[in-house]
Amino acid sequence: MSWKKVCPLNEVPKLGARVVRTGTGDIGVFRTEDDRVFAINNSCPHKGGPLTQGIVYGNKVACPLHQWKISLETGKAEEPDVGEVACYPIKVEGGVVYIELK
Amino acid sequence: MQKMKLVVVGNGMAGMRTVEELLKIAPDIYDITVFGDEPYPNYNRIMLSPVLANEQTIDDIILNSREWYAENNIKLYTNARINKIDRKNRVVYAEDGASAEYDRLLIATGSKPFMLPIPGADLQGVLGYRDIKDTNDMIAAAKKYKHAVVIGGGLLGLEAANGLKIQGMDVTVVHKNNWLLERQLDKTAGRMLQKNLEAKGLKFLLNKNTEQLIGKNGRVSAVRFTDGVEVAADLVVMAVGIRPNYALAESAGIYCNKGIVVNDTMQTYDPRIYAVGECVAHRGISYGLVAPLFEMAKVCATHLANFGIGQYKGSVTSTKLKVTGIDLFSAGDFSSGEGAPDDGREEIVLHDAVGGVYKKLVIKNDKIIGGVLFGDTADGAWYFQMLRDGKSIHEIRDHLMFGQDSLGNTGHAGQDKAAAMTDEMEVCGCNGVCKGTIVKAIKEKGLFTIDDVKKQTKAASSCGSCTGLVEQILASTLGGGYAPPSTSKAVCGCTEMNHEEVREEIRKHKYLTIPDAMKGMQWRTPNGCATCRPALNYYLISTWPHEAKDDPQSRFINERVHANIQKDGTYSVVPRMYGGVTSPDQLRKIADVADKYKVPMVKVTGGQRIDLLGVKKEDLTNMWADLDMPSGYAYGKSIRTVKTCVGSEFCRFGTQNSTQMGIDLEKAFDHMWAPHKVKFAVSGCPRNCAESGIKDVGIIGVDSGWEIYVGGNGGIKTEVAQFLCKVKTAEEVMEYSGAFIQIYREEARYLDRTVHWIERVGLDYVKKRVVEDHEGRKAAYERLLYALQGATNPWLDRVQKRDEYKEYQTITI
Repeated sequence: MSWKKVCPLNEVPKLGARVVRTGTGDIGVFRTEDDRVFAINNSCPHKGGPLTQGIVYGNKVACPLHQWKISLETGKAEEPDVGEVACYPIKVEGGVVYIELK
Repeated sequence: MQKMKLVVVGNGMAGMRTVEELLKIAPDIYDITVFGDEPYPNYNRIMLSPVLANEQTIDDIILNSREWYAENNIKLYTNARINKIDRKNRVVYAEDGASAEYDRLLIATGSKPFMLPIPGADLQGVLGYRDIKDTNDMIAAAKKYKHAVVIGGGLLGLEAANGLKIQGMDVTVVHKNNWLLERQLDKTAGRMLQKNLEAKGLKFLLNKNTEQLIGKNGRVSAVRFTDGVEVAADLVVMAVGIRPNYALAESAGIYCNKGIVVNDTMQTYDPRIYAVGECVAHRGISYGLVAPLFEMAKVCATHLANFGIGQYKGSVTSTKLKVTGIDLFSAGDFSSGEGAPDDGREEIVLHDAVGGVYKKLVIKNDKIIGGVLFGDTADGAWYFQMLRDGKSIHEIRDHLMFGQDSLGNTGHAGQDKAAAMTDEMEVCGCNGVCKGTIVKAIKEKGLFTIDDVKKQTKAASSCGSCTGLVEQILASTLGGGYAPPSTSKAVCGCTEMNHEEVREEIRKHKYLTIPDAMKGMQWRTPNGCATCRPALNYYLISTWPHEAKDDPQSRFINERVHANIQKDGTYSVVPRMYGGVTSPDQLRKIADVADKYKVPMVKVTGGQRIDLLGVKKEDLTNMWADLDMPSGYAYGKSIRTVKTCVGSEFCRFGTQNSTQMGIDLEKAFDHMWAPHKVKFAVSGCPRNCAESGIKDVGIIGVDSGWEIYVGGNGGIKTEVAQFLCKVKTAEEVMEYSGAFIQIYREEARYLDRTVHWIERVGLDYVKKRVVEDHEGRKAAYERLLYALQGATNPWLDRVQKRDEYKEYQTITI
């Protein structure tokens, strides 16, 4: 377990995301309007759509393929869809985003 | 902060729907207590008939389980009839001694069956038909007794009679009028219905007034009519109407007049007390169908939530009879001929007595004011929609009677009659949803709107071509509970405003950014949702070109990155080939790029260009740089291609240079964003090889000039373009088609294709603006050219400013 540097916060657009490639797959780093950041797997529980490419609103992202709505906070799909993606610890320190990986 | 106390008297559909709506928009402001006098949690009253007909069980029709009340921290008292409201101290008291204080009170006491005040009405075996207890009593009686008489040939009476027949009883329906369902049907349709029901084994006695019920040992044994005739009866169901149940409110001194009187916000004369449902009298009308109750619930919830928005202005209702195998629909004021008001109304009738089909529409001032359909109700929802929207039928009068043919023609094997489909047949070809799944979801999950069905089952939620079928299934499953959505609905759940209102506000207040627009229009959510943000972004940039700021984060991925996302997350690249004309040089370049980036598939598109599929996002920028061709916008709500035929330069039949015309149009309107995709075609002669008849703007060259057609569509539902006008020169083609597109850009709703917009405003309107108003046309064309001024190739922009577009780069850790 260790915190890894991702990028400066200002390189993640507000209401947007970046793809972070790791040894174990792609993770999406998301930034909300009020500068909260979240990290979830970049793969929709429905058909594996790249969530980072979706529209971000509130604390959710709408998958670009079939519009499943995924909570950035819990990784869970909004009803009536059922599914979940993994979430990762993430923090911002000194204007830089860090993520914790196993 | 201490929460306010909301007490709800009445645990039925109207009261609980209001609570549900309230919880959706303001979950935390009240401690809620609910009193209901039945032993059950809220259930779906309109499904009692299917229970009686053995099609459903009580468990199936529960809408809110006891767990639901617990999860939402609602205190529920069942078997608790409130008999006193102390308005001064703001407390309600139940018969069993329970009490609750309130800050706000919601009365939803519903209605009671009207029992004829005749001798014998108090005998055993005489019932109303209102709740689960009545239903169970009927099922029990059917096991022991033989003869049932249903008094009242209205919707409820017929459904009861049908159910009792299925339970094995010998059933006679008594009706005081000349024909059945006289409030929903005219005489012809009423007679057809009777014949149909007689074939199912029901008996009818019409023009009969009941004088008394005769008893034996305390139980009913016969019914006697005023003409002296008697029929045997071990069970009598009175279904002669319902009466609003307002005794409680009246005893508390709240003003009532044949119902609890409420204003357009559902507030009673006591400002702390609201009322919804069948117990109210709104503008002098009490409603007994479920659709109006839900409209009331929505309005009431916004006021309980202190939003203070929403007004209930009354409902137009439609009915369908829930007797399996009988198709019948009626709406509005359908009286015509003898006895009908002499106010210039006209009727159109189609009657096939042998085939069992009868359709009547009543029209006044070019608008549908009512209709009756029997035997073929496929177009009921369509007619009802036009009735509610007050749409002029002037232009479609000729074929109005033959229906909308509204159902998609692909994806469900040509099926267009929901009733004829079996449960296993596929309704939604996109998401693989069968009819049985939809019916089950409607019944068990308590769905009432097309949006509910889309959300729960995913049917009709992708391409939408099966929406008409799903609507039919919804209407036939719910009967009177079905309410088609009004076409001028809110943009999404983030606002009450519809598309037109949003556009008007943006124009009026000159909003230039999404946050400003949302703030000014009091959006309910901090930054909208995936539905409203793209719409707002389009409205801003199309209303204020060069001034409003385009927001990439509010664009769907394809428009944000100028490529088309594929199922595996790769992208496709389609360079522009103006007019579908290319060169050896371009083709060589495309071939080289395809080799270099190992493009898995190279495909020729329907729009006369080449698609490179399966490109990784990280490769897009480099590929565009190598290609050095402009973006074809094959991914956007924008101008797509201008398809052309060979034309007079080569073709021996060509009358005009269609290829050049196409190239000129595509260059002139390049980079144009629109409410939806826009496709053009130009053919050089009436053989129409470029398929101009199914394009948003289709142009056909003839010897003496050019014909312009608009509103065609070759996709989900094939729509033939309509003739707009004929012009002489290529310059005129440019001006007329440009003006048409600009007015569409300015006035259509986001995601409307040209055909949908024209359907709403009418071709006459479009002709007036584009063909007749010369100044207006020129001005609109100028506005389009102004909006497009200085637009550049987005691919080149991204190649030149790689560092600014971090989107295309992956971070590796």
